[in-house]
Amino acid sequence: MSANFQDRDLVLPGDVLFEGRIRTGENTYRNQEQVYATHLGLVNYRPDNVSVTALSTGYMPLVGDQVIGVVVDMDLGEWRIDIGGQELAVMGIPDAVDRPFRTDYNMTRILDIGDTLVAKIVDLDRRRTPVLSILGPGLGKVYEGFMVRITPSKIPRLIGKKGSMINMVIKETGCRVAIGQNGRILVSGPNREREELVVKVIDKIEREAHTSGLTNRTQEFLRQLKERKQ
Amino acid sequence: MSKKPTTKKTAARKPTARTKKPKVDSWKRADGRAFDELRTLKIESGVLPNADGSAYIEMGRNKILAGVFGPREMHPKHNAKPNEAVLRCRYHMAPFSVDPRRSPAPSRRDQEISMVMRSALEPAVFLERYPRASIDVYIEVLEADGGTRCASINAAAVALVDAGIPMKDLVAACAVGKIEDKLIVDLGDYEDKKGQSDMPVAYMPKLGKVTLLQMDGDLSTEEAGKALELAIEGCKKVYEVQREALKKKYGIDQPQDKPQELPPAEPESEEEPQREES
Amino acid sequence: MSKSNIVSHLKQKKITEVLSTGKRMDGRAFEDFRELTIKRNILFKSEGSAEVWLGKTHVMVGVKVGTGTPFEDTPDEGVLMTNAEFTPIANAAWEPGPPNENSIELARVVDRGLRSAEILDTHELCITVGKLVQIVFVDLYVLNYDGNLIDACGAGAIAALMGAKRPTFSEGKPTGEKVPLTVRKKPIPVSVIKIGDNFILDPTADEEDVMDARLTVTFDEENHVCTMQKSGSEGLTVDEIKKCINMAQGKAPQNRVKAIGD
Repeated sequence: MSANFQDRDLVLPGDVLFEGRIRTGENTYRNQEQVYATHLGLVNYRPDNVSVTALSTGYMPLVGDQVIGVVVDMDLGEWRIDIGGQELAVMGIPDAVDRPFRTDYNMTRILDIGDTLVAKIVDLDRRRTPVLSILGPGLGKVYEGFMVRITPSKIPRLIGKKGSMINMVIKETGCRVAIGQNGRILVSGPNREREELVVKVIDKIEREAHTSGLTNRTQEFLRQLKERKQ
Repeated sequence: MSKKPTTKKTAARKPTARTKKPKVDSWKRADGRAFDELRTLKIESGVLPNADGSAYIEMGRNKILAGVFGPREMHPKHNAKPNEAVLRCRYHMAPFSVDPRRSPAPSRRDQEISMVMRSALEPAVFLERYPRASIDVYIEVLEADGGTRCASINAAAVALVDAGIPMKDLVAACAVGKIEDKLIVDLGDYEDKKGQSDMPVAYMPKLGKVTLLQMDGDLSTEEAGKALELAIEGCKKVYEVQREALKKKYGIDQPQDKPQELPPAEPESEEEPQREES
Repeated sequence: MSKSNIVSHLKQKKITEVLSTGKRMDGRAFEDFRELTIKRNILFKSEGSAEVWLGKTHVMVGVKVGTGTPFEDTPDEGVLMTNAEFTPIANAAWEPGPPNENSIELARVVDRGLRSAEILDTHELCITVGKLVQIVFVDLYVLNYDGNLIDACGAGAIAALMGAKRPTFSEGKPTGEKVPLTVRKKPIPVSVIKIGDNFILDPTADEEDVMDARLTVTFDEENHVCTMQKSGSEGLTVDEIKKCINMAQGKAPQNRVKAIGD
């Protein structure tokens, strides 16, 4: 029973995190009596489990995630949407329009190929294909703004504790920001300068996601940027 | 304070080196390396902005880029496996990477190395977590200087970690060969072509498993065993460089990195007498 | 094929919107190039080489000199061959395989620029008349794609050729010595793309995705036009073409200096 690293140490796949009986958390695996890391990340020791906060991961869709995607294909009664995961997500007409289903819907008038949308994952079907819906507050087709991408595992840092980081960014820049758990962020602001501020901040958070005290430093960083502009 | 122990160490070691195997020490390779010395090794991770994960390696004068894409939808779909992801490796050499120029079309050798790389990397990847997907590992050799398959595996392993693919361990690779009846580690181009044998080995350092073993040429069974041990020592040295490359990208513990660079020098020198005994 | 070649409407709208305010997504003015960095002779197995960075676009150019039989109509002249490779590491949507029309266009436009400027002294490449001549291969190897490959590759090709050395022959046999390749002219391509009513230089991948038309113009050092290539799905008026040529002409000398020093 022993931990081989300090809490929050950087570990690599194959590093033995713990020897003995303990629950294996995220991004770890057990091989006999040892717990190993599967990702590059920061190790977390808790009394009953050990896990790794990955610093680089692809996107693994989960039910309830808000995601941002682009319609790339269409079939009878169904759109296929690129959300950056392992495979395309699907969305049927009933998940796109809040009206009784009619077969004569002209689907391209609801959503066309190339349209961007904010959606929620409502289900994973039996082949684990994400099923999306755009019915709900804050969801739907997007008409304004542009997309920025970061590593999906860094999204929680961008949001911050109870949204502290993102609310600060929105307040300081006056831009509208929608965050997808799939690492895509939509930004739309009153002018280009404000939008560029948001891009710079997102870039900073992406680079420094593993450091502590990030919200305060980001706030300071934003103030400096704004002063330089004036 | 610090001077005294070092002088003691060298004084203690010199007589053993003289009495036991002076030949091994005086014999140098064509490029002046000791028998178990790697070529200069430089790895950088996250070098390709458009790839999900990437690495650049310079092993001697080999210059190789590895890019990882995925897990993503398999095209064509019938190549997908219902229970796990397929690791697709493609080893490719730039036309100007060798002399004379080669055609950019893939050769039989390219395909063989692609296959060998796949089987060297597969044991380290949790393929079962991504059914029906493909994970693509693309290798582009910009300059070839002997031992490209080992260098490619080293870069690919770093690129896989950089891409966030779940892995059981890293994979480090290193070749051992024989020239003038002596075993040597990390063959250069000249040694590759003129040597008596060539044995590329890939190894998962934390799990202690060999995932690639090929051998061409002539070795006695005794030599083969010793060669394997030497190769694994080489892999472990490569592994340290891989670790540093990955740590560096995330800019973590920069001040702590420096003292970490120093210790490997000591174990190396301590290992030497052990090898001489065996 | 992957679906990632679908252009998001949002991206198209945003880029056009920002252009209409006289700016670009990355803050550049319409005629600004991204940082162009070229390193020469970095590969030791090539007769000449250049590594080009244009923003995030990254290209390696290798020059190899081999031998072969001359074309029947030019028995005493060497051959220049240009080939482009879109490596799958350069872009998630690019798959390994034989050259496609985009990589062939890239190779052809760069090739025509070099050829029509008569950059090489093809007679000095003749070893035995009608039997053996030297072949100069220029391989354009795209390592990361972020737009404007033609300009990056064109500048890289001239940089690699300027630093290249060729083996010499005496009475049909190699002498073992190498001499610098004679490079007579220094053609540089500059591309202008049209998005809506705006014309911009050095497009990024996003800008190329939404472009309506492109005109590439190659200039020699006297600022004469050597080659032109129009591509893209929209037409250009005569006035627009004249405007493009003027815009491109202004940038060619700067890029030439970055490619070959001076």
